Amino acid sequence: MKIILKDIKDLHKIDVYESNGGYSALQKALKEMKPEDVTNEVKSSNLRGRGGACFPTGLKWTFMPKTGDKPKYLCCNGDESEPGSFKDREIFEKNPHQFIEGVLLACYAMGINAAYVYIRGEYYTWINILQTAIDDAYKKGYIGKNILGTKFSTDIYIHRGAGAYICGEESALMNSIEGKRGYPRVKPPFPAAYGLWGCPTTINNIETLANIPEIIKNGAEWFSKIGAPKHPGTLLFGVSGHINKPGVYELPTGTPLMTIINDICGGVLGGKEIKMVIPGGSSMPPLTRDECLKANMDNESLKEFGSSIGTAGVMVMNEDTDILKVLIRIAKFYYHESCGQCTPCREGTGWLLRVLKRIDAGNGRMSDLDLLTSVAQNIEGNTICALGDAAAWPVKWTVKKFRKDFVNKIKDDVEVPVMNKVHSLR
Amino acid sequence: MSKQLFNEEELKKIEEVKSRYPDSKAALLPVLWMIQEKEGWISSESMKLAGDLLNVPYEHILGVVTFYTMFNDKPKGKYHLQICTNVSCMLRGGYELYNYISDKLGIKNNETTSDGMFTIEEVECLGSCATAPMMQVNNKEYYENLDNAKAEEIISKFKSK
Repeated sequence: MKIILKDIKDLHKIDVYESNGGYSALQKALKEMKPEDVTNEVKSSNLRGRGGACFPTGLKWTFMPKTGDKPKYLCCNGDESEPGSFKDREIFEKNPHQFIEGVLLACYAMGINAAYVYIRGEYYTWINILQTAIDDAYKKGYIGKNILGTKFSTDIYIHRGAGAYICGEESALMNSIEGKRGYPRVKPPFPAAYGLWGCPTTINNIETLANIPEIIKNGAEWFSKIGAPKHPGTLLFGVSGHINKPGVYELPTGTPLMTIINDICGGVLGGKEIKMVIPGGSSMPPLTRDECLKANMDNESLKEFGSSIGTAGVMVMNEDTDILKVLIRIAKFYYHESCGQCTPCREGTGWLLRVLKRIDAGNGRMSDLDLLTSVAQNIEGNTICALGDAAAWPVKWTVKKFRKDFVNKIKDDVEVPVMNKVHSLR
Repeated sequence: MSKQLFNEEELKKIEEVKSRYPDSKAALLPVLWMIQEKEGWISSESMKLAGDLLNVPYEHILGVVTFYTMFNDKPKGKYHLQICTNVSCMLRGGYELYNYISDKLGIKNNETTSDGMFTIEEVECLGSCATAPMMQVNNKEYYENLDNAKAEEIISKFKSK
């Protein structure tokens, strides 16, 4: 079942895309449907955002005001900086026009005349690929003024980022487009009320938008029956790490994790056992080997194991992996990427990293495991944006699920002769 | 030097970029990219010039340049080698690749070789996890599925250019 990464040669070319039913959803919408019909179709398809939060897309669209004279904007989130995620890149490369058509349908549904596609600065190659596709679509009259001879007009612009994980957070992304430092904004007000330049704005993930044309073409009912009922459709699983055939695979939601690892990706590298799998990008709580055997890859199923689907970036680690070293690398990432606005995140991410490194250096104490959990819990929920949670979850859950690995690194319980241990270490 | 930073054609391009947004400040990132493409880095002088073009204070631009890791506020080597060591790459030898190149060139993180040819930098995930380990050169080209031999080949190719 493939909705986005179809097996059609040269699908990235506009002629090939058109001859395979491309831009017919746009024609159908503009000629036969009212804007609210498009939103309703997306709403009843039960499509949920593919950026990690799994928020229902149609519902998000209804938050946009229908009246008022302020311009409205669409931001397409192609920042894709979560370690282990590399799916949007595949869409730009293999099927950029389906994404563009999705953008146009979203703009039509919400009465938007300008869409900004925010792509991470490192994706220079893919920015050029998408720009070529956009230029071709302009030439054919799918983008621009009076699209397909109707009153509907929309422009699509690419905005290149410059290396900041935080800009994948929707309000930081808007600040980055506005030419500012990528600091997340306090919510409320939410973007639908006060977004880009204070105007109503919707932010959608690239993969989310790429699903829209097929929903309009084939109907909401068709889509809602694919995969897991509460989280329907397909996902672009990016499988990496200790795996024989790493890559991006489009599969229905709810596919068992072991099917992905063994049947699709040819098993664990070197025929070894699994030690840990991170199911959806580095911020998602990890799964143990036993959990992997039972896990289905949709958001509801993963909740059972205290995890989430995130961006469906599956990172596989074999039995020889040093879990502490992996967690240090993850902690280092969030410490580096914290924007520094909120104290719990700015200071806490540094503490997590330092305490983990201390354990790795052989200077850990048993009380450090509780200290890590306590620092993580004090970050979680106490910051403007979700980066704090993203930094806290992997530490909290890895220490919980792989406690033995940490205990083994701590040899003697060294007591520090000061009441305030944290203070004494400064 | 600053007055000649952009030629006619580039100034026209900047006007086109400005027209995409309701506020000229939004053209800041694109203009900073243009400066870096031309000069290799963004000097205070260039920041001031960008400020004049877009009517944005220098202090704001300095804040932006120092916030985003891809903007260089200091000159880099001719070839800026950016090696990913995040988890997916780490599991497939990202650190081994980084250490090999670092030892070979005799430079540590963010250092430049004395001939000004190479700068090495350990970077965060570049979205190339299935083709790990990998490196990016000059914020643009991806070199994927690397090992020491391939890295060696790429470096000597750069040296002979």
